[in-house]
Amino acid sequence: MGMRCLAEGRGAYCQEAQRPIIEPGLSRAFRSAVWRRGSSALPSPAGKAGRACLQAQAAMNCRSEVLEVSVEGRQIEEAMLAVLHTILLHRSTGKFHYKKEGTYSIGTVGTQDVDCDFIDFTYARVSSEELDRALRKAVGEFKDALRNSGSEGVGQICLEFYQKKKSRWPFSDECIPWEVWTIKVNVVNLANEQERQICREKVGEKLCEKLINIVEVMNRHEYLPKMPTQSEVDNVFDTGLKDVQPYLYKVSYQITDSLGSSVTTTMRRLIKDTLAL
Amino acid sequence: MDTDLSSQDRKDLDKFIKFFALKTVQVIVQARLGEKICTRSSSSPTGSDWFNLAIKDIPEVTHEAKKALSGQLPAVGRSMCVEISLKTSEGDSMELEIWCLEMNEKCDKEIKVSYTVYNRLSLLLKSLLAITRVTPAYRLSRKQGHEYVILYRIYFGEVQLSGLGEGFQTVRVGTVGTPLGTITLSCAYRINLAFMSTRQFERTPPIMGIIIDHFVDRPYPSSSPMHPCNYRTTGEDNGATYPSVEDSQEVCTTSFSTSPPSQLSSSRLSYQPAALGVGSADMGYPVIFAGGLNAAHPHQLIVPGKEGGVPPVPSQPAHGTQADHERMVMCTPLDGALYSAATPSSSEDTETVSNSSEGKSASPHDLLETIFVRKVGAFVNKPINQVTMASLDIPFAMFAPKNVELEDNDPMVNPPDSPDAESPLQGSLHSEGSSGSSAGNTHDDFVMVDFKPAFSKDDILPMDLGTFYREFQNPPQLSSLSIDIGAQSMAEDLDSLPEKLAVHEKNVKEFDAFVETLQ
Repeated sequence: MGMRCLAEGRGAYCQEAQRPIIEPGLSRAFRSAVWRRGSSALPSPAGKAGRACLQAQAAMNCRSEVLEVSVEGRQIEEAMLAVLHTILLHRSTGKFHYKKEGTYSIGTVGTQDVDCDFIDFTYARVSSEELDRALRKAVGEFKDALRNSGSEGVGQICLEFYQKKKSRWPFSDECIPWEVWTIKVNVVNLANEQERQICREKVGEKLCEKLINIVEVMNRHEYLPKMPTQSEVDNVFDTGLKDVQPYLYKVSYQITDSLGSSVTTTMRRLIKDTLAL
Repeated sequence: MDTDLSSQDRKDLDKFIKFFALKTVQVIVQARLGEKICTRSSSSPTGSDWFNLAIKDIPEVTHEAKKALSGQLPAVGRSMCVEISLKTSEGDSMELEIWCLEMNEKCDKEIKVSYTVYNRLSLLLKSLLAITRVTPAYRLSRKQGHEYVILYRIYFGEVQLSGLGEGFQTVRVGTVGTPLGTITLSCAYRINLAFMSTRQFERTPPIMGIIIDHFVDRPYPSSSPMHPCNYRTTGEDNGATYPSVEDSQEVCTTSFSTSPPSQLSSSRLSYQPAALGVGSADMGYPVIFAGGLNAAHPHQLIVPGKEGGVPPVPSQPAHGTQADHERMVMCTPLDGALYSAATPSSSEDTETVSNSSEGKSASPHDLLETIFVRKVGAFVNKPINQVTMASLDIPFAMFAPKNVELEDNDPMVNPPDSPDAESPLQGSLHSEGSSGSSAGNTHDDFVMVDFKPAFSKDDILPMDLGTFYREFQNPPQLSSLSIDIGAQSMAEDLDSLPEKLAVHEKNVKEFDAFVETLQ
């Protein structure tokens, strides 16, 4: 999955040069930043910086946000979809149409409201069936893994926005994340209908708080990838959808067993594979 | 200082801010219309979608917004505010939220107007779309209709937060820095929804049509008229929910509507409760019972569907309503059958209820008279004071043995000849504790909450899951289970026994042969 920070599993960008830190000597400030690859990473071009990582610099460059929710089993899907859709609403634009001289026009993003069946909650999502299907598929897999894992029912789902960095042949592209949202889920088991009813409302209120947190982060207007030229647009945006254009993203999840360690670190690439070769 | 800003940029910025303000108002008002909003994405730009978002423009809203702005733009000390308030059918109104679009002096000179500011305004609108579904007023606005409507008002100038009551909360949607100042969008919303404590609710006909109110004497400098956030007639049913209640629907609640098929079901089902001695008004439980009444029969999870347009919101004793309201917010009904109001002050309510129920018990039956004719008398003459379901918060409280002396008077134990409506459990369960439900205080203090079975869509189609469920909730009793027939057949059996024995003795040999084949 590209260069990962040793401890945190994050990539890094150089804010000044607005480019990911890949080649040595790129930026004076970050020359000493070195990275180690994760186990599933692709080979990197020769001449890259070494293997250690400066955690502080990593933290500076890739935004990481963590949200936690406690839900009942049947609420998992709706809660996850509400959060993921809200994040993607903010991280999607209309389709770009490039014209000559490097200008482009942007399509229109529609929204629609979704009522939850198991939670007293309604959220707005992008009107794109393809996007909805993709997220539902990811969340469905996460839910199945969570339910099958064991009695504890603790897991997390990660939505990561990344940029692709084209590498020279024979090496394939790198994926450098610039924003990672981690949603930690704790599944509770409820004994009777009364508790379920209370849970419906409580989870609804919690989701309201989470959405307010998300919006707060979004409106800090921190780093966003520069608007790309036509040749670079696929490195920044997912242009495969027909009606909207979200930033490149991938969804992965981890299930924690009762011992607290990640036994099944099932990192699945559900959407947008990075293996270009 | 706009010496750094080119005139083109300045013009663009002003345009952006103006349209941003208009779109903000559209998003807020549309989110309070009470229905789900859906717009389509379009990959080819139409050129008319500001900020690359598909936000419809309701002409009246745009007109109001432009009128309020009257050519000005939000600036320091001049904010654009959208006030959302609730108005009940009796005329009470309450401010729920104030959305403010403000500008302050903190400028960001470096920012590029045509690009960065525009995109950030677009992001802010998306945030607004998300946040408008998250504040408490959203759920209230989804249930507007018969009992209350949501109104909006736009004004320009100083923000007035005094109408929101104590302890209101603020949520900041976001900010965008521009060379002329920083635009901030925020919402202040009311927490304390207890304004109705001083009013006594009575049954009133539903609000039909659109309400336009003109508040002439508002204390604000720019007194603009309030407008409803509801652009359709209230022929649709939104459930007769208690206005200030959070949505706590679940299985056993009900709603009343004017849609014909559900009226059919209502007339059928209402028979059941009548036979059981429980007024149709009882049916709906769940959210609250001011009278401490839980008439919930386990069968009768749902109220007989929908009555003709009259929500059975009961009259509430005046002093009880404050407590009621608090209970409302606290209690969570789940299963109407199990729920009885665990209310601290219910005992006093019962008393008041007993005073008022005499007069009130007639009223809920107005509409139901045609159906319940026989049963009206059962409630009205019933002595009320023996009923105290007060502070029972154990499940099946109503079946706890109590008030046994009432059995003789209990129409359920000695049912008058009701045609078909006795449910199987009636004999076993009702004889014990149903007196509580049959008291006249039934219809006074309960709240109808929407019955929303999971996975069912909004009650647009007449025969949807909820209606189906309600209709088939109370099937008639099986004839073989009725006691009389049972007793009868027993006697017959006994009489025919000697004959049967004689026949069997004759066929002894056959039986023996048969038994041998089995071995």
